[in-house]
Amino acid sequence: MTIATIDALSPELVPGRGGGGPAPTRTVVAYGFWLFIISDITMFSALFAAYAVLSGRTADGPTGSELFNLRHVFIETMCLLLSSYTCGLGALSAERRQRDRYLVFAVLTFVLGAAFLYIEVSEFAGMVSRGAGPSRSAFLSAFFTLVGMHGAHVTAGLIWLTYMMAQVVAKGLRPRVLQRLLCFSLFWHALDIIWIGVITVVYLMGAP
Amino acid sequence: MLGNLTWAAIPFNQPLPLYAMGVVGIIILAVLGIITKKGWWPYLWREWLTSVDHKRIGVMYLILALVMLLRGYTDAIMMRSQQAIAIGGAQGYLPPDHYNQIFSSHGTIMIFFVAMPFVIGLMNFVVPLQLGVRDVAFPVLNSVSFWLSASGALLINVSLVIGNFARTGWMGYPPLSGLAFSPDAGVDYYLWLLQISGIGTLFAGINMVTTILKLRAPGMTYFRMPVFCWSALTSSILIIVAFPILTATFAMLLLDRYLGMHFFTNDAGGNVMMYVNLFWAWGHPEVYILILPAFGIFSEVIATFSGKPLFSYRSMILALLAICVLSFMVWLHHFFTMGASANVNAFFGIMSMIIGVPTGVKVFNWLFTMFQGRIVFTTPVLFSIGFMVTFVIGGMTGILLAVPPVDFVLHNSVFLVAHFHNVIIGGVLFGVLAGYNYWFPKAFGFILDERWGKASFWCWLIGFYLAFTPLYALGLMGMTRRLQHIADPNWRPLLLVAELGAIIVFLAIVCMMVQLYVSIRTRESRRDLTGDPWNGRTLEWATSSPPPAYNFAVMPRVETIDAFWEMKQRRLAAVEPAYETIEMPRNSATAFVIAFFAVATGFALIWHIWWMAILGLLAIFVTVLVFGWSENREREIPANEMARMERARLHFGRPA
Repeated sequence: MTIATIDALSPELVPGRGGGGPAPTRTVVAYGFWLFIISDITMFSALFAAYAVLSGRTADGPTGSELFNLRHVFIETMCLLLSSYTCGLGALSAERRQRDRYLVFAVLTFVLGAAFLYIEVSEFAGMVSRGAGPSRSAFLSAFFTLVGMHGAHVTAGLIWLTYMMAQVVAKGLRPRVLQRLLCFSLFWHALDIIWIGVITVVYLMGAP
Repeated sequence: MLGNLTWAAIPFNQPLPLYAMGVVGIIILAVLGIITKKGWWPYLWREWLTSVDHKRIGVMYLILALVMLLRGYTDAIMMRSQQAIAIGGAQGYLPPDHYNQIFSSHGTIMIFFVAMPFVIGLMNFVVPLQLGVRDVAFPVLNSVSFWLSASGALLINVSLVIGNFARTGWMGYPPLSGLAFSPDAGVDYYLWLLQISGIGTLFAGINMVTTILKLRAPGMTYFRMPVFCWSALTSSILIIVAFPILTATFAMLLLDRYLGMHFFTNDAGGNVMMYVNLFWAWGHPEVYILILPAFGIFSEVIATFSGKPLFSYRSMILALLAICVLSFMVWLHHFFTMGASANVNAFFGIMSMIIGVPTGVKVFNWLFTMFQGRIVFTTPVLFSIGFMVTFVIGGMTGILLAVPPVDFVLHNSVFLVAHFHNVIIGGVLFGVLAGYNYWFPKAFGFILDERWGKASFWCWLIGFYLAFTPLYALGLMGMTRRLQHIADPNWRPLLLVAELGAIIVFLAIVCMMVQLYVSIRTRESRRDLTGDPWNGRTLEWATSSPPPAYNFAVMPRVETIDAFWEMKQRRLAAVEPAYETIEMPRNSATAFVIAFFAVATGFALIWHIWWMAILGLLAIFVTVLVFGWSENREREIPANEMARMERARLHFGRPA
C-alpha cells in the first residue's frame, strides 16, 4: 500500500494513525527503532559540531590535508555503500522468505562492512604510528572520536548481523526474526547516511 | 587489582560522611532484614523487581524520587545552615572541599534523581491509562530505563562513602572538571553515573513517544488525547533530541580524562566554551522536559476540579509544541557573559523572552478554566494555584535575566539561584506533588489524607518564599552563588530568613511523610471503590483503582475529548462487554540483571578497575544477546479467564 492510498483512507481505518486503535507490532517496533536512530543521529550531530569547532585547532601538529588519503576513503565509501545495497537485497530476500539467498547477501554485507572497518583501522593505525594520535591535538581528538564513533557503530552492526544470521539459521524467517532484521536494516542504512556526512565534512572539506 | 581504589578513598578523617554512612547503612540493613524475616523476597522479586507493568514501574520511579528528595534536601539544609553560620569571623562547620561536593551533588540529585524520576514515573503510570491501552510500547525496555536510573542513583550514594563527588557544580564545567584540576574520582562519578542514567532516560523517551503515537485506544485521534499525554509527548520528544547531546558531551569529557584527548583542555587547541554550549544545548531543553509534564498535570487537575473542560484545548497544545521547538533556541542565555557579540546576545535574549509567551497563554487558559467553575479546593488544586502565582513570579525574574545587560550584573549571583528554584520548585515540584496527590488513589485504591496534604502544601509554599525571596535581594546586593563563607555581616538577617524557610520546607516533607503514614493506617476508611474519586474526565478514571494488570479488559472506544466524562454524561450503562483473549508481556529479569552489571561496570570505570569493567560490559552484552534470542515474551489471558477476573473485580450482576 502506498502512502497516497493510506492517506486517502479515513484515519479511523488505519491502525496506529489517528483513531484506528493500536498499530501492529511490526510498525511499533520499527517506529521505536526509527526514534532510536534519530537519537543516535543527534548524538553524532554533537560530535560533528565539536569537529567543526576544533577542525582548525591542530596545535602545530599535522592537518587533515597532510593525513587524509582520499583514495582510501573512496574505496572505504564504496565498500560501505555496496554493503548497504547487499543489505537491501538481503532484506528483500528475507521478506520473500528466501532463507539461503538472505544468508548469501548477509555474508556479503558482512564482508563489505569488515573491509570498510579494516581500511579504517589500518588508516588509524598509520596515523597513530606517525605520531598523529587522538591526544596530539584538539583537531585529532575530534577526528578520531567522530570517525571512530562511526566505526564503533559499524562494529556493533557486524556483531548484530552475525547474531541475526545465527537467528535466521536457528529459527528460520518467522515474524519476530523479520522484525529484528527490519531494525538491523534501518540501522545499517543510517550508518551510510552518517558516513556521507563524515566524508563531506571531514575528508572532502579537510583534504585540500 | 583494584585500580585506583585504596583505603584512602574512605573518608575516615571526616566524621560527617562517616556518620551519614553509618546511619544509612543501618537503615538499609534494617529494611533488608525485615524483608528477609517476613519472607517478602519472592513477592518483591516476582511483583516488583522483575515487573514490566508500566504502573509498577511508575510507582518505583516515584519511590526513587521521594527517597532521593530526602538526600537532596539534606544537602540543601546543610548548605543553608553553613551560609547562615559562616559569616564574618565564623567559619561554619563544612570545610570548603566538603561544601563544594554538597552543592554539586545537591544539583545533580535534584535534577536527575528527583525531578526526572518523578516526571517520568508519573508519565509511565498515567499515559497508557489515559490512552486506554494495556502497556507501553516496549515494556521490558521500560524496566531497563527504570533500573538504569536507579543504578545512577545508587552510584551517587556510593560516592558519599567511597571516594568523593565532583566539586565542580552540577554542570561540571571544564577546565575545572578536566583531569588537570580534578584528578580524583569525583568527576568520574558524576560523568559515569549520569551516562548510565541518561541512557535509561533516553529509552524512556523513545518508549513514551512510540506509545503515544502508535498505541492509542480506537477513536483517540490526536486532538482527542488528554493534555497530559500531549505534554508527555512533547517532553519525550525533547528527551530524544536533547539527551544524546549530553551523552556526546560527557563522552568527550571522559575521553579527555581517560585517554588524554583535548576537547575541553586549555592546551593543544581544546575549547572550554564548547562544553558550556553543548551542555546547555541539552540543558535548556531539559528544563522543559521537566516543566511540560507539570503543565500537563495542572491542566488535568484544574479541569477536573473545576468541573469544566479545559479552556482552549487547542491553544494549550499549540503552546506545548511552540515551547518544544523554541526550547532549542535559547541555550546561550545561560552564559551571556561568554563574550559573544552583542547581536548574538540580543538574538538569544529576544528568543528567551518569546518563549515566555506560550507559557503566558497557558496561565490564562488555566485561569479561564477556573472562571465560573465549581472549584473543589483539594490538595492538588492548592498546589496548582500555588504554582500559578509562584511560577509567574519566577517567569518574570526569568524575563529580567533574559535581558543581556541585566544578566551581566546578575550572572552567577544568588538572584539566579532564586530564579531557577522559583520555577523548579514552584513549577516542577508543585506539579509532581499535585500529580502525586491526584493519581495516588488510582495507583493504590485509597485517597491520601487531605488535612496533612494541605498542611504540606502550606509549608512548601511558605517555606519556599521564605527560603528564596531573600536570595533575590541578596543577589541584587552582590552575593555570588556557592559561597562557603560570607564576608559581609550585613547579609546575615536575610540568610537567617532563608534558613528559616529551609526549615519550613523540612516541615513540608515531614507532613508528606505523615500524610502517607496516616493514609496507609486508615486506608480501609478511605477506599476508592468507584475508580473515579474526583469525578474525572479522562480514561484513567474509567477503570478500577488500582487498575488490573491489563488496565482495560476491553479497550474503550473514544469519541470525544474528555472521553470518560462524555461516557458518564451519556450514562453508558455498565453492561458486561464481550471479552477477548489478550496478550500481556511476561515479567523479565533482564533489566535488573543489566542494571546490576551497569553499576559494577560504572564503579569499575570510575576506579580504573579494568578487568571488572570488561567483565561487566561482557555480562551486559550476554544479557542483551539472551534477551534478543527469546521468543516467549507474552502470556495469553484467555477470554474465559478474563471474564472470571472481571466478574470477581467488578461484581457484575450482583446487587450493589
